[in-house]
Amino acid sequence: MAPTVVQMRTPAETALIERFEAEKAGLPGAAAERAAAFERLKAKGLPSKRVEAYHYTDLRALMRQAPEAILPPNTYLMPSDRICIEAIPTIMFGNGKMQLAQDIALPISVRAIGDALESGSVTLNSAFVKLSDPVVDLNTIFCRDGALLEVPGGSKLSVHLAFVDDLDELDTKETFSVSSRVIINVGAGAELLVYESHEGSQRSRYQSNHVVELILGEGAKVEHIRVNTAGNEALVLSTLAASLAAEAELMSLNFSMGGAVARHQSFITYAGENAKLDLRGATMIRGRQHCDNTLVVDHAVPHGTSRELFRTVADDEAHGVFQGKIIVRPHAQKTDGQMASNALLLGDEAAMSNKPELEIFADDVVCAHGATCGALEESQLFYLMARGLPRVEAEALLVEAFLGEVLEAVSDETLRDSLAMLISEWLAARQAA
Amino acid sequence: MLEIKNLHVEIDDKKILNGLTLTIHPGEVAAIMGPNGSGKSTLSYVIAGKEDYTVTEGDILLNGNSILEMEANERAAAGLFLAFQYPLEIPGVATMTFLKAAMNAQAKARGEAELSPGDFMRKVRGAAEKLGINPDMLKRPLNVGFSGGEKKRMEILQMTLLDPAYCILDETDSGLDIDALRIVAEGVNALRGAGRGMLVITHYQRLLDHIVPDKVHVMAKGRIVKSGGPELAHELEKDGYANYVEAA
Ligand SMILES: Nc1ncnc2c1ncn2[C@@H]1O[C@H](COP(=O)(O)OP(=O)(O)OP(=O)(O)O)[C@@H](O)[C@H]1O
Ligand SMILES: [Mg+2]
Repeated sequence: MAPTVVQMRTPAETALIERFEAEKAGLPGAAAERAAAFERLKAKGLPSKRVEAYHYTDLRALMRQAPEAILPPNTYLMPSDRICIEAIPTIMFGNGKMQLAQDIALPISVRAIGDALESGSVTLNSAFVKLSDPVVDLNTIFCRDGALLEVPGGSKLSVHLAFVDDLDELDTKETFSVSSRVIINVGAGAELLVYESHEGSQRSRYQSNHVVELILGEGAKVEHIRVNTAGNEALVLSTLAASLAAEAELMSLNFSMGGAVARHQSFITYAGENAKLDLRGATMIRGRQHCDNTLVVDHAVPHGTSRELFRTVADDEAHGVFQGKIIVRPHAQKTDGQMASNALLLGDEAAMSNKPELEIFADDVVCAHGATCGALEESQLFYLMARGLPRVEAEALLVEAFLGEVLEAVSDETLRDSLAMLISEWLAARQAA
Repeated sequence: MLEIKNLHVEIDDKKILNGLTLTIHPGEVAAIMGPNGSGKSTLSYVIAGKEDYTVTEGDILLNGNSILEMEANERAAAGLFLAFQYPLEIPGVATMTFLKAAMNAQAKARGEAELSPGDFMRKVRGAAEKLGINPDMLKRPLNVGFSGGEKKRMEILQMTLLDPAYCILDETDSGLDIDALRIVAEGVNALRGAGRGMLVITHYQRLLDHIVPDKVHVMAKGRIVKSGGPELAHELEKDGYANYVEAA
């Protein structure tokens, strides 16, 4: 028998193991789940590019260290107003800890998840979360807080989850880590808008790992918009895990421009028939940024519909990744799935890795995927320039149009306008350079 | 004055223009007629500043200054306008947004003030109405799904709004029905005069019945092979290009 090759632990892996041993006594609840996730981490280590799901985002190489978790400073970490939408009830998370719930009124109920875990009234082991995923595992092992939201059936609500991962002004830490778990139970027939904003320190190389679970009851309608304007140096890991009961509808948009390395995972499971999913992504990256959108859409029951539309704009030497897997289980007849990933490469050194996959085990389904990657159309640029637009402005107009299509699903006009504004600002910085 | 002097142009090592010389004086309307593939659109693209072409010899002067080193947008700001033979579709960019961006960019390049939103709307609405363009079309993405005739009208709308010194119209008549031809020709005629020069590329005499040119040039194999007055267009309509193509 060939000898087993034992991979040497990286400094980050060693530090993670030490961290858990040191922190575990103080972590709230879910001891068995944390321990199980920890054993997997210990056995397999961080996923390297040899693990298929992490082929383009080699976490083992990218995670150089495993810095300590920090608590929020004594003052509240307020979201910046460029992504703060007025008139939406807001729950603020400072370094993953639920700090303040503003204008939250009944009928929604909000609890800090740390307390709920402590009392054993909630677990970190929701059946549909891909527990074998190493990023979710890391979250399970270390998360201390977050929130548990109950949206009663039939209600109609909006909520802003404002995540700020930052240091006290006087704190000079070069690195820190934060994680949180938010679980939202959406009752039957309820309508919910979840706006999730992520921002953080511009001066430290922090690591964040936030997981949001959405459990949609029958006929529930959820619009979920996640905006990543995290710090330039950050390693931003995030996961959305959702399950859709019969007739439920979910639109989820990941709008991503922050972080040195960002990976957003969406794991969606159909629990009931006739559910509809509209999964979207708008990504703008530049410099040496790396942004990965990985999704697994699991049609486990018949008559599910899914649409995936991901658009990436990569400038300079930035690298975009799209991995989309649609699984249609043997019984999931009449599934209708359409997935598209389109990338625009503005920089000569920019790159995109597109990996759409269909795993179809049922025979009566309509599924398709398409992936494109290319530069802006020169003939269109010439047409715009011939009307007087300087090249960068012509490019900006085309990029706004390219990403704008993804924003069309955002029903709140103020929110849509402010996302469009973020795109314009991103493009303006490009023009100024 | 727009002067094209002994212009030689290649694309991918293929010679397309072979020593073309042509002058358009302020206020003059010149027509170019010529067989398919003779290089008419190429000439219009090279004047407008499309980058794919290599000028191996000759020059293009606008009011005495060479424009060869200028970018397409700089040429536009200097007063050149090309109405495309095949206007491009720009998905996701509302026509109104585009018109505003173009007008503002040119105003900025010329050091002029931008129009107020109210003045802009009035100007666009007024010009659109004259060209029989439904205001709803201005909300749609630029040229996307527009009919051939609608695209051509949209080109003339842009020309009207941008107020250029020299206009090149590349087969603006193709794809137009009889009424549209008249409306578009009226739009073009309204822009005549005031020192504005025009170069009208067409295959058909009927456009020149509406837009009566001061001069007619025949182009073949990348050069001007014959120049004359409006009567030359009638001759061509009758006899075709055979004589000129052989001579070229
Ligand atoms: N990118 C290119 N590569 C190679 N040849 C080209 C290219 N573009 C144009 N040509 C050739 O140059 C010649 C002139 O084309 P052009 O479009 O200028 O003709 P035209 O006079 O406008 O014709 P038409 O009346 O059909 O519009 C043609 O033979 C065409 O095939
Ligand atoms: Mg042509």
